[in-house]
Amino acid sequence: MNEKTVTLAGQTLALRPSGALFWPEQSLLCVSDLHLGKSERIARRGGALLPPYETHDTLTRLDEELTQTGARSVICLGDSFDDIAAAESLTEEETLWIARMQAGRDWVWVEGNHDPGPVDFGGSHKSEVEIEDLIFRHIATTDGVGELSGHFHPKARFVARGRMISRPCFLLDDRRLMLPSFGTYTGGLCWTDRAFAALFPRGGRAYLTGKTVTEVPMPVAQAAE
Amino acid sequence: MAELPSTFHDWFFARGWSVHPHQQAMLDRAGDPALLLIAPTGGGKTLAGFLPTLAELASAPRNGLHTLYVSPLKALATDIKRNLRTPVDEMGLDIRIEDRTGDTSATQKKRQRADPPHILLTTPESLALLTSYEDAPRMFAGLERIVIDEVHALAESKRGDQLMLAVSRLQAMCPGLRRVGLSATVEDPSAIATMMARHPDACEILHADPGPLPDIAMLETDERPPWAGGGGAYAIPAVLDAVKAHKTTLIFHNTRAQAEIFFHKLWLANEDDLPIGIHHGSLAREQREKVEAAMVRGDLRAIVCTGSLDLGIDWGDVDLVIQVGAPKNVKRLVQRIGRANHRYNAPSKALLVPANRFEVVECIAALEAVKAHDLDGDPRGPGPRDVLCQHILIRACAGPFDADALFAEVRSVGAYATLPREAFEACLDMVATGGYALRAYDRWQRLKQGADGLWHLRDPRAAQRIRMNIGTIQDTDTLKVRLKNRAGGKPLGEVEEGFAATLSPGDTFLIGGQIVRYEGLREMTVEVTRRADKTPKIATFLGTKFATSTQLSARILEMLKQPNWPELPGHTADWLALQREVSQMPRVDRLLIESFPHDGREQTVVYGFAGRNAMQTLGLLITARMEALGLNPMGFVSTDYAVLIWGLDRIVDPAPLFDADDLRDAFETWLAGNAVMKRTFRASATIAGLLERNTPQARKSGRQATFSSDILYDTLHKYDPDHVMMQITRDEALKGLVDFGRIEEMLARTQGRVDHVILPRVTPLAAPLFLEPGRVPIQGLANERLLAEEAERLLGTAGLAEPPKREWRVPY
Repeated sequence: MNEKTVTLAGQTLALRPSGALFWPEQSLLCVSDLHLGKSERIARRGGALLPPYETHDTLTRLDEELTQTGARSVICLGDSFDDIAAAESLTEEETLWIARMQAGRDWVWVEGNHDPGPVDFGGSHKSEVEIEDLIFRHIATTDGVGELSGHFHPKARFVARGRMISRPCFLLDDRRLMLPSFGTYTGGLCWTDRAFAALFPRGGRAYLTGKTVTEVPMPVAQAAE
Repeated sequence: MAELPSTFHDWFFARGWSVHPHQQAMLDRAGDPALLLIAPTGGGKTLAGFLPTLAELASAPRNGLHTLYVSPLKALATDIKRNLRTPVDEMGLDIRIEDRTGDTSATQKKRQRADPPHILLTTPESLALLTSYEDAPRMFAGLERIVIDEVHALAESKRGDQLMLAVSRLQAMCPGLRRVGLSATVEDPSAIATMMARHPDACEILHADPGPLPDIAMLETDERPPWAGGGGAYAIPAVLDAVKAHKTTLIFHNTRAQAEIFFHKLWLANEDDLPIGIHHGSLAREQREKVEAAMVRGDLRAIVCTGSLDLGIDWGDVDLVIQVGAPKNVKRLVQRIGRANHRYNAPSKALLVPANRFEVVECIAALEAVKAHDLDGDPRGPGPRDVLCQHILIRACAGPFDADALFAEVRSVGAYATLPREAFEACLDMVATGGYALRAYDRWQRLKQGADGLWHLRDPRAAQRIRMNIGTIQDTDTLKVRLKNRAGGKPLGEVEEGFAATLSPGDTFLIGGQIVRYEGLREMTVEVTRRADKTPKIATFLGTKFATSTQLSARILEMLKQPNWPELPGHTADWLALQREVSQMPRVDRLLIESFPHDGREQTVVYGFAGRNAMQTLGLLITARMEALGLNPMGFVSTDYAVLIWGLDRIVDPAPLFDADDLRDAFETWLAGNAVMKRTFRASATIAGLLERNTPQARKSGRQATFSSDILYDTLHKYDPDHVMMQITRDEALKGLVDFGRIEEMLARTQGRVDHVILPRVTPLAAPLFLEPGRVPIQGLANERLLAEEAERLLGTAGLAEPPKREWRVPY
């Protein structure tokens, strides 16, 4: 298998090469930061007209994950929509597609800073979700334990033999797991950013997405000033 | 003959000057709609451009903008303001002269729009921005003349296309506008005339006296040039002697990295402590200005520099130009030589320093080309569509427009004179709706057509975002370099982001002639400390290398045909003779391929003479085809004249690898997924307004998660491969770094006539290739393997796993 299995708060979790997380015991798939409708939001605000295919692409990849894992429940870990209006802008085809994926599944939209209110899709809306000893919320808290979060779009960046390698990644220590962003037009924040040093003060491990999941240690955080 | 007002004659007389014939000719033809003056540096070119303006304003004083002066360099605008002030003040003329660049204060800019000066000095980007304001017609009302300085430099880039589109706007506002271009010596003046005149207006070309022939020679050195490399370090003692024998010397290099390394070594050898400075584009502005000021004061004996000193500004008494490394391009060489002796009618003195043995041949060929006035240059082709897209956006910022009228204006620009209406519509559509196969932005179009048929911005707030992104200069992403613990201190300069990414703490490198130690990256600034080391661990890696021009390559091939080479130094002539003895000489009309074993590998050398970029592309294509044929290529390295490929198996029959049609097919497939395409896409998409470099939010926060333009390229490639942006990217990539055009040129002249020579050992011409840097390993899954290897190493150092038993190496 190309995925990597890790444990958090005694639970066994599979980190998928796509950047999704699968919890076999619960048959639960978790994806973070889909940012559906991002190109629409940028255009609405008078910005550039980006290729409007990212929602289609993100949904295609999500659908593949559902097929491959056979997940019976789904948690979208916040910022699923680039904003509330973007949620309303999805085409009929895209809306039906989401409904089709939701059919027969327990589906939770966790609220994020981009999509703080309920959106007009099936499934339930929650600010956070607790299952067993794990808690799913969009933004990590400093004292969280067994916490799964997204928001920061972590991305690993380093040089191997003179070649720069940059990949979205999971970050893990003994208390929390942070997911990479799953959306197509999302990019990432470099793992050396201070935001990560505060949440992973003793360092941790990064799991890089790609063809296979690759484990590397997080760079040791530099003392914040 | 047009008479100058008497005050002018008095002024000229008082200085012991007389009006040059070309200055008089410019006055005589002052009424022409378009004029191009070709003059060598120091020929009173700028004054020739301005004399008609001064004369008109002196004899008929008036208010408002009379003449716009555009130059490619901000510094040049400032410099001209100073130089023009002198005659204006001394003649007591009531003429306001101001400059307007990115450095001008906001208050000053605002005032200039409300109350423009008589003469405004600016850059193409600032002019484009000016035309984007709704009040542009008021500001430019009464504009009589536009003077475009160093038009030859602008003609080579998209900045020139943008400028001429902006001028077409000005012409629409001021139908009587007269255009004047000032150019250095170029190979094809009529191409520049066509570019700058309103199509199809005629444009008279005036030639100033080119002055005496330059005094140009090879630098005599005791030591022989090395077999390979580009530094020219062997020549340092001879260069120092030449510097001592002259007042002020400019030492030109082809890349910034070479300039840095040379400067460093020169300084170590500089026992007499001659004052020598360094000047190149990635030094901080403060650093450059310091050097410039010292130069003007005459405090420096020499400046090690790059193309940043190619243009215009008068640096005082330069009496020698030294070109280190083959000039690659005859035209650039001539312009650089012109920097020596800025006085009219004195010959410029220049010395060439070949950096390696092959460059000796190249330098001699270039020298002969200069003597024969045989300049080179490639025709530019039709105006680029990404620049047109930006122009449409700029036009929309200025107010509602009629598509027919805009199309007519665009077609009046030489480079766009043959633009088909469909191509224009495709650009307009892309700018307005995105132009995607999926019509997604009906509600949020950027431009909308009103009931009156005019196009306008849907959201007026978009104007601010568009204005923030005006321009066609692609600053490669660079990071500032600062000394650590000197927050707010002056930056030392800039390095490319890619170079910064390869640095690890402890690495030392050169910047501005100093050795610094990399400490870390903070908030997008490279932090360094000073080091007293003798040699840097890593040189800087900056700047693209120029490819040897088609014409110069042809001259070299001609030279190789000679039975012997009396004009070459003995060591080089012997080397060529030995090549002829053991193998063959490359020929214009045939493709020479040598195969021999070396280093336990099978080596193949292809002498394509198509220039560095095309040879690189050829290397990629041929190795990809070899891989497909199971020939196990392992890597290649390319130079301006050859590509060396090594692998496990000998190539027995190379001719089929060079089949033109197969090569073209392979090229198409290869191109789609190529990193050059992605880089080109980013540049063109930014110009066309699909990507925004600057957004109001980004400016506020400074830090934010960035997502790479590669994702946009991949998305378009997957879902909308025929999108106009993809077509533009392809066109641009073919011209630029990929340079497939020159592979086509090579295929056309060799017509499948392949000479395959199989030898037992390395040949003389091939030998230097083994010392050439920039070897490219063939990557299959190399990235994944590198990643796995690095992960193991990192886990090892963190004590989480066993250290890897054996180090894996890139298989050269």
